[in-house]
Amino acid sequence: MAIAKILGIETEYGVTGGPSPDPIVSSGLLVHEYASHSARNVNWDSGLDHPWAEGFSAPLLTSFAPVVETLNTNSVLANGARFYVDHAHPEYSSPECRTPREGLLYDLAGEEILRQAMTAANLLSPESPIVVYKNNSDGKGNSYGCHENYLVDRSLAFNVLVDAMITHFVSRQIITGTGKIGSETLAMGKRNPLFQISQRSEFFEEITGIETMLRRPIVNTRDEPHGDATRFRRLHIINGDANQSQVSTLVKLGATSLLLAIVEDWGIEVFPAAPTNPVEAIHFFSSDLTLRGRVDCRDGARRSAWDFQNELWILARRYVDHEGGGATAPPDEVEEILVAWRTVLDDLLDQPERAADRVEWIAKRLLLQRYQDKFSLADGDARLRAIDLQFHDLRPQKSLAQRLGFQEIFALPDVNRAVTEPPSNTRAYFRGKCVTHYSDRIALVNWDLVIFDLGGGHFARIPMADPTRGTEALTSDLFTATSNLNGLIDQLGV
Amino acid sequence: MTMSDQEHQRKSQTEGHRNDELSADVTLDSDKANKLKADLDELLSEIDGVLEENAEEFVKSYVQKGGE
Repeated sequence: MAIAKILGIETEYGVTGGPSPDPIVSSGLLVHEYASHSARNVNWDSGLDHPWAEGFSAPLLTSFAPVVETLNTNSVLANGARFYVDHAHPEYSSPECRTPREGLLYDLAGEEILRQAMTAANLLSPESPIVVYKNNSDGKGNSYGCHENYLVDRSLAFNVLVDAMITHFVSRQIITGTGKIGSETLAMGKRNPLFQISQRSEFFEEITGIETMLRRPIVNTRDEPHGDATRFRRLHIINGDANQSQVSTLVKLGATSLLLAIVEDWGIEVFPAAPTNPVEAIHFFSSDLTLRGRVDCRDGARRSAWDFQNELWILARRYVDHEGGGATAPPDEVEEILVAWRTVLDDLLDQPERAADRVEWIAKRLLLQRYQDKFSLADGDARLRAIDLQFHDLRPQKSLAQRLGFQEIFALPDVNRAVTEPPSNTRAYFRGKCVTHYSDRIALVNWDLVIFDLGGGHFARIPMADPTRGTEALTSDLFTATSNLNGLIDQLGV
Repeated sequence: MTMSDQEHQRKSQTEGHRNDELSADVTLDSDKANKLKADLDELLSEIDGVLEENAEEFVKSYVQKGGE
């Protein structure tokens, strides 16, 4: 049986403006000011950011302390997420979510947190405001990521996982691509597209690898399960675009989660044959706006990105009919995912413009074409490139994507709740509630560990090696109005 | 099962799904398309008031460090 597909999205946002030209300063201000304006944030210790960290000792406290005393650029939030500075970008890592719908909700909560952070940080220097963008490149060859994480069974061989999933990773961009003008890499420069489907695809140069910044691989081999390494692998997917369309995010997470469950339950044999050259394929598919261009596959057939997605959808439909889709989500949600995925595919084939309320590259291209026609602009006009960037501006009054209005799955009140409340069905619940109730007593918190300072040199260490535990059902008794930290420690027996 | 049987089954599964569950949405879809067209028209008419003032400078100065 496929294991529960716990998942989450981590997004690095583009950032401009601020009191200093250094984006690290602006990113730090966003995180620090958000934390300062929220009474319920505590520091995150990255020194223990791996599953093999043993226990607790004085040196770890020492390495933790300076983070508190300098700038609060690493924080864990009451919703169980992590909000921090990664290199020169503000990054939001969603809490662990049990289903794709929930993954979407907590990704949206991240956008809202970034908006609140902008507001908070810009109180300090209103004359040079910081602006945050949810995109993946600056149009000048610099790319930053939107990474997905999925829990997979450790017993599944990694090469099988890669060979089965590669068709999805090269082709899903026709649904999840956010589009951009032109190209930024040598490889894509040879194809010289006026417009591309994906912001990210052209930056991939390998099939697998450990890197995320150089020679980027379609499937990343980083192996940090943040949990029991004998049972779990955290599949780290770095090839996606950062979506603002809710349907795109739902299908991105939903399709990938279902296909991973299929590899676990049915093996690789049921998957379509991979392209003979996956790197060429991901580049070509990003440049092929007709969606009809085909690449050679290992079985001798030729397939377009649409062909791959169609075959994968049929496989997922068959799997759900036979096995249910319990590893991914409850039945209603699995149906919602399959229908959304199918409907987009049908629209893309029959009449792509119809998908413009769900597929970002279609919407952006329509907007650019209409604007270009209206003012008879040349292809390289700066106003077109400005629209390309401003599509991703997170400020409600400036965001072209928001003004266009993609189909909504969650409305703002749901999103706001997810800003402060953790998901119910993963260990993120326990983490978020510890932050909510005992932030001043937490000495250290991590994906798979919470350490409480009990005073007098005593500490209580609570490991969370299984992301499916620590749920509301299992731990809400520890956080009632009458409970206290000593009671929690006693009941957990730590 | 031969290859062509599989193909046939896939085709009918796909089309069966389209007929069963999606045909009811056709009216809704064309409404949505009209709404989107209206949204696009509206955005086009107001976009110059929203766009960053100096497009050239804005695009030139949007430089990010690589991430991840």
